[in-house]
Amino acid sequence: MKNLIIAEHDNHQLHADTLKVVSAATQTSQDNTLLVMGSQCDAVAQQASQIDGISQVICIDDPAYVHQFAESLAPTIANMAKEYQGVWCCSSSKGKDLAPRVAAKCGVGQISDIVQVIDENTFIRPIYAGNAFAKVTSHDDLRVVTVRASAFEVVECNNQVDIIYQQATPHSHSVELVSIDKTESARPELTAAEVVISGGRGVGSKENFALIEQLADKLGAAIGASRAAVDAGFVANDLQVGQTGKIVAPKLYIAVGISGAIQHLAGMKESKVIVAINKDPESPIFEVADYGLVGDLFEILPQLIEQL
Amino acid sequence: MKIVVPIKRVIDPYIKVRVKADNSGVETNNVKMTINPFCEIAVEEAVRLKEQGIADEIIVVCAGEKQCREQLRTALALGADRAIHVDTHNNIEPLIVAKLLAAIVEQEKASLVITGKQSIDTDNNQVAQMLAALLDWPQATFASNISINQQQMEVVREVDGGLMTVTMTLPAVVSTDLRLNEPRFASLPNIMKAKRKSLDTISADSLGVEVTYSQTITEVTPPQARKSGVKVESVSELVDKLRNEAKVIV
Repeated sequence: MKNLIIAEHDNHQLHADTLKVVSAATQTSQDNTLLVMGSQCDAVAQQASQIDGISQVICIDDPAYVHQFAESLAPTIANMAKEYQGVWCCSSSKGKDLAPRVAAKCGVGQISDIVQVIDENTFIRPIYAGNAFAKVTSHDDLRVVTVRASAFEVVECNNQVDIIYQQATPHSHSVELVSIDKTESARPELTAAEVVISGGRGVGSKENFALIEQLADKLGAAIGASRAAVDAGFVANDLQVGQTGKIVAPKLYIAVGISGAIQHLAGMKESKVIVAINKDPESPIFEVADYGLVGDLFEILPQLIEQL
Repeated sequence: MKIVVPIKRVIDPYIKVRVKADNSGVETNNVKMTINPFCEIAVEEAVRLKEQGIADEIIVVCAGEKQCREQLRTALALGADRAIHVDTHNNIEPLIVAKLLAAIVEQEKASLVITGKQSIDTDNNQVAQMLAALLDWPQATFASNISINQQQMEVVREVDGGLMTVTMTLPAVVSTDLRLNEPRFASLPNIMKAKRKSLDTISADSLGVEVTYSQTITEVTPPQARKSGVKVESVSELVDKLRNEAKVIV
């Protein structure tokens, strides 16, 4: 089996989740090509060439790929895929946008958000907001897979493989970028953080989120939120943890003022240790919490910040 | 402009699903079913575009067994103009759904498709992208705002790290994120009116699509249960447990 792994990057830096996709792909084959498509992305190709388990890097560097729109990447990848039996992407917003378009161009099914590789055709993936796991076998000659990064370990980077530079065949498409509004933060990235502190409706206001931030800074943690907190405007959308937001599995997840709805649990219940701080002892979050503390978060958080 | 809105019948998202004892799937008998929440948002957005005078007609489509006509009626009550039920199995794969939709979109000469970004049962997040690929149309996935001016559409997309705004020329496919809108409730008069709206049932064959499966689900299992935790009495006890028992902080 020959795998084509699509690198996740921002033209400057390879995203660490790519190392987890490689880890998943190498469970099916030792013949793994990493594809870097972007604009002025040579630094990414250099980083990619050091990843263990990769046999070669293909870099297609062209101004047309600067925003990595699925409309322009998918036809090229689909064309290359004829020589491969696996196409692997991160289950990130980019990967989710791209992989189904590639699969449809190739006329094959797609397997989303896998958490385990059984063999080259068979994978485990969560369904129903993580309340069940399906073992899926593909009958296609080509498997197009997206990988849930939090379910795999990173591979090491002690390698040095060749980078093959290829010419782009940009495809015309009618999508133009207007703007990107990034959520700026000095804190670790939510999906990669070892500790995540999440706030919910119980936090009460945007201002009160400062308490969560102080605790996060104390622990070097990333900040997350429930849908209720996002909808109420306490924090930006991309911090939402859950079925429709980010899936995280940190060492320590602290849920503050979060009731623990099914959709939220879908995004965090694989965390190693879960702490719940909530004033309602009946909250469902306590059913998954390793350590629960019932009480007023406005009394508890300042004490916690002080004692850490 | 005609808008096609695909919808899906799924288990109510607030119901805790049960995996069948033989691990063949989850229990769907006698379980409350509803329109997939993301599809409801798609219907709402289409109705708003019609209210703004941008859309002329909204066609809702559902592929599945005959019970999914209930969800099509609901969509009609929410403001869709007519409905197409593609009579097929309930669990057809996203690529087949996309092929059926592509055939309908071409037949109807629609210029916009609004889908939900994912169904809350299979959690695939694939149909919109596959449909766009088959039609060779641009795609605006995970939309949290849509504005249309003539043939130009501007969409704010929810992406990792923030928001991305893109423009594209219609025809196009959009998939909805949760924050696109707040779906309305169907009023009783509208539910009554919906009963008189057109709801056609057609076969996959009539659309020239062969229903095949490229994947088999061989087993469905419940997640591993977490060990039940403990309630601590104080902040100092919590800090002590995290430091010395769980060893997750220093």
